[in-house]
Order: sequence, then C-alpha cells, then structure tokens
Amino acid sequence: MNTSTETQKDAVIAVEDARISFGAVKALNGAQLAIMPGECLGLVGHNGAGKSTIVNVINGGLTPHAGRIFADGAIQERYGINVARAHGVRCVFQELSLCPNLTVIENTRILHRELGGPGWRAKAREVIGRSLDAVFPNHGIDPAVTVGSLSIAERQMVEIAMAFSDAGIKPRLIILDEPTSSLDSGLAGKMLDYVQSFIAAGGSVIFISHILHEVLAVADRIVVMKDGGVAAERASGDFTEKSLVEAMGSVVKNETRQHSGRDLNAAPVVLEQRDTGLPFAAREGEIVGLAGLSGHGQTEMLLRLHRLRSRNWLPQRDPAVTFVAGDRRLNGIFERWSILRNLSVAALGDLVHRGLVNERAERSKAEDWRERIEIRTQNLDGGVLSLSGGNQQKVLFARALSTRAPVVLMDDPMRGVDVGTKQEVYRIIREEAAAGRTFVWYSTEMEEVCLCDRVFVFREGRIVAELTGEEVTEANILAASFAGLPA
Amino acid sequence: MNRYVSVDTLRLALPALSLAILLVAVFWLQPRAMSYTGLNLLFNLAVPIALATLAQMLIMAVNDLDLSIGAFVSFVACVTATYLYSTPVVGILILAASVGAYAVLGVIIHLRNLPAIVVTLGMSFVWGGFAVLLLPSPGGQAPEWARWLMTVRPPFVPVAIVASIVAALLAHLLVMRSSLGVLIRGVGGNARSVERAGWSVIAARAAAYGLAGFFAVLAGIALVGLTTSADAGIAQRYTLLSIAGVILGGGEFTGGRISPIGAVIGALTLTLAGSFLSFLRLPSDWQIGAQGAILIIVLAFRLLLNRLEARNK
Amino acid sequence: MTALQSLTQRPWIWSFLATALVWFTTVLMTGTGGALGLSHAAFTFAAFSVIVGTGQMFVITLGPGNIDLSIPATMTLAGTVALKLMAVDNGMVAAGLLAALGVGLAVGVANYTLIKLLRIPPIIATLSMSFIVQSIAIWTNRGLRIKPPQLLAEFTTSSTFGVPNTALVALAVTVVAWLLLERAVYGRWITAIGQSLEAARMAGVPVEGARFVTYVLCAVLAAFAGYLLASFSGGAALNMGAEYLLMSIAVVVIGGTSVAGGESNVPGIWGASLFMFLVVSMLNTYGFSAGVRMIMTGFIIISVIMLAGGWRANAR
Repeated sequence: MNTSTETQKDAVIAVEDARISFGAVKALNGAQLAIMPGECLGLVGHNGAGKSTIVNVINGGLTPHAGRIFADGAIQERYGINVARAHGVRCVFQELSLCPNLTVIENTRILHRELGGPGWRAKAREVIGRSLDAVFPNHGIDPAVTVGSLSIAERQMVEIAMAFSDAGIKPRLIILDEPTSSLDSGLAGKMLDYVQSFIAAGGSVIFISHILHEVLAVADRIVVMKDGGVAAERASGDFTEKSLVEAMGSVVKNETRQHSGRDLNAAPVVLEQRDTGLPFAAREGEIVGLAGLSGHGQTEMLLRLHRLRSRNWLPQRDPAVTFVAGDRRLNGIFERWSILRNLSVAALGDLVHRGLVNERAERSKAEDWRERIEIRTQNLDGGVLSLSGGNQQKVLFARALSTRAPVVLMDDPMRGVDVGTKQEVYRIIREEAAAGRTFVWYSTEMEEVCLCDRVFVFREGRIVAELTGEEVTEANILAASFAGLPA
Repeated sequence: MNRYVSVDTLRLALPALSLAILLVAVFWLQPRAMSYTGLNLLFNLAVPIALATLAQMLIMAVNDLDLSIGAFVSFVACVTATYLYSTPVVGILILAASVGAYAVLGVIIHLRNLPAIVVTLGMSFVWGGFAVLLLPSPGGQAPEWARWLMTVRPPFVPVAIVASIVAALLAHLLVMRSSLGVLIRGVGGNARSVERAGWSVIAARAAAYGLAGFFAVLAGIALVGLTTSADAGIAQRYTLLSIAGVILGGGEFTGGRISPIGAVIGALTLTLAGSFLSFLRLPSDWQIGAQGAILIIVLAFRLLLNRLEARNK
Repeated sequence: MTALQSLTQRPWIWSFLATALVWFTTVLMTGTGGALGLSHAAFTFAAFSVIVGTGQMFVITLGPGNIDLSIPATMTLAGTVALKLMAVDNGMVAAGLLAALGVGLAVGVANYTLIKLLRIPPIIATLSMSFIVQSIAIWTNRGLRIKPPQLLAEFTTSSTFGVPNTALVALAVTVVAWLLLERAVYGRWITAIGQSLEAARMAGVPVEGARFVTYVLCAVLAAFAGYLLASFSGGAALNMGAEYLLMSIAVVVIGGTSVAGGESNVPGIWGASLFMFLVVSMLNTYGFSAGVRMIMTGFIIISVIMLAGGWRANAR
C-alpha cells in the first residue's frame, strides 16, 4: 500500500477502492484510479465496465458508497461538483451540456461564474475565442451565434474548447468522453495535438474513446476497466490494439454455451432493413442480437423498425411488431396503472368487444401470463411500482409476449435485472423462438449477445459486422465494436 | 459564416416583416394614417399590450405560462386609478408588494413543482377579485404624470412609438444583454447545465417572475394613462393577446427561445391587424379573427423556416 | 373499514366532502327552507360546467401541454348558430342540435389539424382557433338576440321528478364519459398517452388517432353545452362562454384529475362543479362582495393544487 500512497500524494485526483451499486448492479467494485500531472490517461472498456461511473465520481457528480478520493494529496471528505471545479476538473460529456438557446459567449458566462461585472461579454468572448483558436486553429466559429444554430461537430468543438478555457480557475484535469465522436479526422487531429501540448504544459487528461488507435497514440498510460474494476494498467507502449481487446474480454470465460445448432438459414425472412451499413435481416424463429458499444445506433434501429411497422392513427388488428423497453421509466412502465393494466395494454385489440374491454378475458389472460412468467405478486391490481425492478421488467415481457405480433423488439431489457430473473426470461425467449417468434435483441451484456443465433455489430450508427452461429463469440464482437481492427 | 446570419436574423426578420407589410397595407388604404397623429392613433393602445407581452415573455423564458396577466394588469390599472391617484405612497407600496407576490409565486411553482398554468389560473381569480374590490364599477382617475406620459407630444415621433421602442430596448438590455438575462434564458434552455455550473435555478425563476410582475405593472399604469379611468375587467383580453404576441415575435413555449424586440413587434402587429381591417372596411367583427389568422400564418411561415434550417444542416 | 379506506383513496371524494360542507354552511344561514332551492340551483348551473369540464378533462388527460382554450368561443358559436337556424321554430330543435354539434366537430377537427400541421403546442393552436371562432360567432350573431324555440326553453328551465333537466342531461353525458374512460379501449389509450406518450406509442397505442378523437370530443361537448346554455338563458350572448374557460380547467383540477395527465376522474367533475357554484352562493349568503368571492375561489384552486401536488409527492 506504500506505493499507492506515494502516487496519491502526487496525483491531481486519485480514487481509491471506490464502490457504487445501482440496485443489483455493481457499477464500481473497488476501482482505483490516479491521474498524475502532465499525463494523458487512456480509459477503455466495454459496456458496463464502469468507465462513465468513475468519470462521474471524479467530476463530483456521484459520491461513491465506499472508498476515498484524494485531490492534490489531501483526502477529500466532502467531494462534490464545486470541489472538483475548484481543483480544475472539467468534463466534456457525451450528451450536450450547453444551452442551445444561448450564444457561445453566453454559454461561457454560464459556465464561468467568476466572469461577472460590466463588460463580461468582451471578456467571455476573449476567453472562449482564445481557447477555440488554441484547440481548433481556423475553426471559423463566431462566438456570437446561438449554439442551437451550430452543426453537431461545431457544438462538440465549442464544448471541448469550453473545457479547456481559462477564466480565473485554471483547468488542470480534463475528462474527454468520446470527444471525437462527431469530429472529422482533421478536427480530431487538431484536438489531439492540443491535448499533447496541454499535457506538455503540465495538464492532465483522461481520454475515453472507442477508437483504439487514437487512445494508443495519445495516451501515456492506459487503464482497462472491466466489471467495475481495473483489469489492466500499463504504459500505452506496452499495449497493442489486439492486446487491449483481449484485456477487455473475460479471460477465463469458458465458451461452453451450446449453440442451438438450429439451421435457420432456410426460414423465411420476416424483417429487413437496408439503410444502415450492412443489410439487416431476421428470420422466423430467430434470435437476432444487436451488439456494439452502447449509443452506437442500436436503439435507433429498433425504434425505426417499430415505427415503420406500426400505425399511429387507427388501431391495428394484427400488430406486426411489439416492443420491450429497456428504460422502463422512459418508455415502458405506466406508473399510475396497476400491474394488470400495464400487462394488458399492448394486447387490448384482442380483448375488445364492441369497443369495451372484456375485463374478465383481460384478467384471465393476465393471470395466465403471471404464472407462465412467474411475476411475484399476489395481486394483479396492485400498483406496478410496488413490484421490484426485475418483476416490472417481467411485466413488460408479458405485455409484449401476450400480443400476437410475430416479431419482438427488445431494447436492452435486462439492464439492472437480477440473475435469477434473467435466467427465467432467457428460458421463455428460447421457448417462444422455438415456437416461431422472432426476437431482435439489443443488449449491452456480452453473455446475452452470445445467446443469439445471429448478431449484428454496430459502430457509429452503422452495422459493421454480421456474425452467425459459431462466429458469435466475445472476441469477434469486441473486435468489431472497436474501430481500427479488421472485424 | 453567412448561414448563421441568415438563420438567426430570419427569425427576427419574420415578425418585423409582417409588421412592415401590415403597415404598408394600412398606409396604402388610408394615406392619412401616414402622419404624426395617424401613427399615434394606430399604435396608442399597443403600448400597454407590448408591456404585458414582455411580462408574458419573461415567464415563457423559464418554460412557464402565465394565465393571469390579463387579470393582473386589470388589478394594477385599478390600483393606479385609485390609490396611486389619491395616495401615491400607498399605491406604490401595493404595486411593489404585488411584484413581490409574483416572485414568490415563481418560488412556490419551482419548489412544489406545480404546473404554472393552473397556479396562475387560480391567481387570475385572486387578482380579479382584488380589482373588483377596488373598483366595483368603472371609474377612478389617472394620475397626472401617467396621463402626461401617455399623451405627451414629442417632436417628430409620436409617443406611442417612442414608448414602444424604449420598452423594447429596456427589455432587450435586461434579458438579452445582462448576466441575469442570460441566466434566466439558460434555465429555460437547459436547467441542468445551469445547475451543474453552480447557479441557483430557483433564484433565476424568482427573478424572472418578479421582472414579469414589474413589466405588467408598467402595462397597467400605461393603460390607465391612456384611458384615464379603469374597471375591473379592463385588460382581460391581455392574457391571450400577450401569449399570441410572444409567439408572433418569434418566441417559443419551451427552450428559453425568446426575443424582447420581437415580442414588442408582435404586440404592435396584433394591434395593427385590427386597424387594418377597419381601413379595409371589413366589419370590426373580424378583428379578433384576423389576429388569429395572422398568428396561424406566421406560425406556418416559421415552420417553413425551421424546415429550411433543418435541411441546410 | 376497508370500504372507508377505499373511499378515502378516491381523489373525487374530497370535492364531494367540500361540497357537502359548503352546502351545510350555507343552509345554516338560509335555514332549511332555502335548502331545496339552493340544491336545485346548484344542480342547474353545475350542469353546464360539468359538460364543458368533461371535455376539458379528456384533453388534460392527454398529458402536460394539452389544454383546449377554444371552449368559450366554441360555446358561443354553437349557441348562436343553433338559435339562428332554429329561428324560434319548435320543429327545428333537432336540426339545431345537429348544427351545434357540427360546429363542435368542425372546431375540433380544425384544432387538431393546426396542432398536427403546424406542429405547435395545443395551447397556441386552440388559442388562435378561438380567435377565429369568436370572430365567426360575432359575425353570425350581429348583436341580435334570437330567442330559443319555446319547447327548448321550457325543457332546459324545467325539471323532471324534481331534478333539473339540464342536470339530467349532464348526468347522461358523464355516464357515457365514465364508460368511455373506465370501460372502453379509448379510455385506456388516452390515460396511457397521458402517462407517457412514448411508452404508449411503443405499446401499440394509435397515438395520433386517440389524440384527434379527444380534441374533437372536447369541442363537441363544448358546442353541446353552448346549445343548452343559449336555450337556458333565453338567447345566445357573445360573452356567454367567457367564464367557462377558467371554469372548465378549475373543475377538472379540483375534481381530482391530475394536471400532469394520465389520470382522470369523472365523478370529481360533478363534485367540483357543485362546489364552485355553492362556494359562490355561500359567500353571497354571508354577504361577501363579488371581489371577495373571486379571491376565495382563486385561493381554493391554488390550495387544492398544492395539496394534490404535495400528496402525490409524498406517495412517491
């Protein structure tokens, strides 16, 4: 432990043994991270490895349930957003954190509270202009325009420049989370050059990217995260793209999963889409997986598949697709309703007699599904929020499966669900698939993707690889998810 | 570089253009309106409406809506015609307290996370009730200075125009140029990032409501200055007119996208629409309808504009 | 015990309790002799608020931002058009009704067309539409006050078995509304949409269709109320709908329907409508002036919404 306290003394920010869990999910499981002055730390890992959680701890947005945080060698008891900012920690978020209705100058004013007083506009223009010029020479962005009228790439440039700007509190540690995702290679190159000079001047950067050669080129040291902890940590010269991908995978995972061995190539195609990279096709009775890093277009694909095959104006007697939501609060659960109503809403078309709902049929159908899928409740009339997260998710499954739709779209539905529930749901999915239903399953969890008969890997909004049968392995999926490697 | 200019200025240009077209049409129909007195008559009643519109705009800047503006302006008008005339100190105190009440309202709405529409709906009864208590029947008297302010004849430009321009500039400085204005609009645009930078969103909302109350007070005083007396329902129509004015002026319901200059232009356009029809010799029945139609046409144009903007991206 | 418990969990019970309280307080002053007359008047006048409130409730159920501001204008236009068409002729009563409902249908369709076509918030669409409808009403009316046909005037002002006819009509409307909401698929759809538009869409609810029907339904109910009110008050006046804009929203909110959408309450509309009328009569009886009555009404609306809001916040 002696060496670790040594590093803590010098580190800009050091996180020690941080633990955070969201329900059943352990997002951080004793993670260690220390960022030295004048170093660029690369941070890589697959979905759920804990990258964004530890970033949120460092920028003060999340307080770990256990563990210690050091800033400039001193232990911080009450670490939060304002402490982080005072130590010069800045973060470029993946989602936009600017006010789209304000100009670039005005956004600078919002970010830097210390920029008050008469003539603040001129000061803010100078601060952000200087930073933009430094990071992206010849950027061509007028700071007087509203952010909303900028293109996505320009907004990202502003956001990055904003993080590096200095209006009193010097930026010392910049967290760049997928900073190049909307930049073309020329702009990305400029930014990476600036990162180098920022580090040379003694600043620190945490760099997160799915483009591995970028990480290898820019980082001095690379930390590979897995399952909420640090899986490997070496100087970047000691890594190659291949060894990085290997480090991200589960080393001891035994590939014992039995492929169903079903030959579905002869089955009729029930779903097709051709506008995103490689052509997408799903066959009758097939479990099709959508894989890749989260946020690379899988959910959009599912929503599009749903939109193109459902009606908005008239009720559909024979629905073509049905949908299981992953974000239960956002597009799944109806919070004010009972379990019964939540379960039956998608299949109401089959329960209607002269416009009125046949409540007896509704109840018996719901009881059937409650038993079949083992929703743990005595009373279907109880509020849906009285159920645990896993059981809520089962209600959503029952809702979808109780329709007659031949295709079930699933948007990462197992997020935050306990292991027991997962196994039960896998069993039901297999049964239903054997009976001829098609599942299109976006999952951020590798073991689920490996259950699929066919997998499409997404990167930057496009399908970049199609794997079938024996090709569906963790190594192949990881390789295709990260750019730079032949898939 | 050029693209930015076109999109941003078009947003502001649309309301200005609709006002210009209406104005040209009015002059063409009635050349005599193209005079000092004519212009003053055309825009006289626009001044209080413009001020009320600015008040509504401030509430809309933080993504809320005020359904009590009409009742509140009526109430202020009643206070102006009674206390502010007879015992100015009491009158000023009442008006200051009502501005404070607006700020408190903003705090309550924020803290309890209440729908502003319903709370202000309730407040419209309250203000209306106080107005009826003050002036059960039409009457009262305008304070000398308010009367003078609204009827003064400055050289070259009629007072209605001068007052509109002053109001627009004042609001522009406050909302578009000052740090406070940036903060208020920031809350409307992305409250989370404002909070993340360490600001108090609740204070910003209270400030927005308080300022709205202030502008509504000015509207009430200006109205009495014009009409010389008041009654409890004198400004009922202002609630709907002010919402329409903000929208006409390029403002939006959500996202903190507002324009004070546009709002004043919107209010002028709505007022002018009525006169235009009377010059057309169309029955005055259609006055309100024309306001609705103009609103719809401008919104249709704006949709077109947004489509173009999206395509250019 | 459990019956009592389940009763107190109904949001509408509070509006009825408040109504009863206000009724008793008023009767204390007027004496039992006035009780019958008071109740009769309450039911007569509440009927109109109930009908427009029911329409507004359907719209508010659709979720935040959904509100119909064109109700007063629609009422006025429907009343005017119907009375003009009937021209004091008893034989035209049905035709007048159809004309009124037709006006409602047209306004509803126009409202939703604006919402959809211009992609503007419902509040501004119904607002602009109300300007236009109001103008048409003024133009149609031309300051003439046409009397309703004898038959209709008699029907709306008299009672059956001691119950005002208008109240009976309103009761029929609310029974149908209750069926639609609680038993029909349509009710499931709109409450689903109000809780989460996206979730409803993904669960296969025909979102656009359901919203369209709701706006049309609201306008048709407003038109129907306008037809009845014009007949009841002996002619259509241009400002006859004015007070029903705020009233329609107030009775929905006080009746226990969630302003955030997704939960509606038909019985509560009756409780709230009676309550709104009785509060005014009570304050009247106790000699309060019009101003005080309005102030009290305003504070009651705000307190109800604060209580309801706080209650839900605690439940979470």
